[in-house]
Amino acid sequence: MTSIFDESGQVIPCTVIEAGPCYVTQIRTKERDGYEAVQLGFGEKKERLVSKPLRGHFAKAGAKLARVVREFRGNGIAEMQPGQEFTVDRVFAKGDVVKVVGTSKGRGFQGVVKRHHFGGGARTHGQSDRMRAPGSIGSSSYPSRVFKGQRMAGRMGGTQITVRNLTVVGVIADSNLLLIKGSVPGAVNGVVEIHKLTTQQ
Amino acid sequence: MEKIKLVEATQMKSGIPDFSSGDVLNVHVRVIEGDKERIQQFQGVVIARHGAGMNATFTIRKVSDGVGVERIFPVHSPRLAKIEKVKEGHVRRAKLYYVRKLAAKAIRQKTNA
Repeated sequence: MTSIFDESGQVIPCTVIEAGPCYVTQIRTKERDGYEAVQLGFGEKKERLVSKPLRGHFAKAGAKLARVVREFRGNGIAEMQPGQEFTVDRVFAKGDVVKVVGTSKGRGFQGVVKRHHFGGGARTHGQSDRMRAPGSIGSSSYPSRVFKGQRMAGRMGGTQITVRNLTVVGVIADSNLLLIKGSVPGAVNGVVEIHKLTTQQ
Repeated sequence: MEKIKLVEATQMKSGIPDFSSGDVLNVHVRVIEGDKERIQQFQGVVIARHGAGMNATFTIRKVSDGVGVERIFPVHSPRLAKIEKVKEGHVRRAKLYYVRKLAAKAIRQKTNA
């Protein structure tokens, strides 16, 4: 993340995202696939690292060997052509409201205090080893089991997270960069999906 | 990471004087009142510099009518019309938070300004 100044001199925290160029690798149609969507490829990959079937898939569309392939639904898919290029300024403009979908940073095996914001136990009053303990996980003879969904320690992070209602504060067309106000899920250099929202959600 | 630097480069100002803690600066601040814009000067001792690159800020302290006033400015803020170096100070610390407790004369002696 970094920050920029707006017209009035206010500092705006923002995330810099390389958003494009993306190439249309396939068009999904109602007749053939049962749904309408556009498949976009982003990034580049060396030829020897792409499997032969995928190479054929990209060649058919006349697109570059993409690192990431994702499908998007929306309007105007019927007019798109395989191999068509999308640059950041064709899709986004300053002031747009977007949602960003990404994979959050993996935190490994974490206790309940970090993972579920439990309060932990008392540090004093004769306690020992209770500081970050979860406490009771249920009643005893009835129900004689632990309910499903009981929050416990375990793997944290590394899951899909969506952040809605982020604002585009800048578009730099020549380097395909998008400036989004606030933070987005995932690590530096991670891959995210950006969806334009027509209304606030 | 280079992409971030690319964005920051468009935001950063050039020609900012080289200054450090202990220096006396005169900062010309653009003040917007309604549709009018005027310049307000703020002169005082730099007591801290913080951050690097685009996010760098500095803290200026002055004593106005016996009341200590501190303002924190982003170095590259477009609201700053001009940064003028009035006096060079000589101090042994990067952060001069201790001057808040000192009298005006003691501050002058401490900063050699």
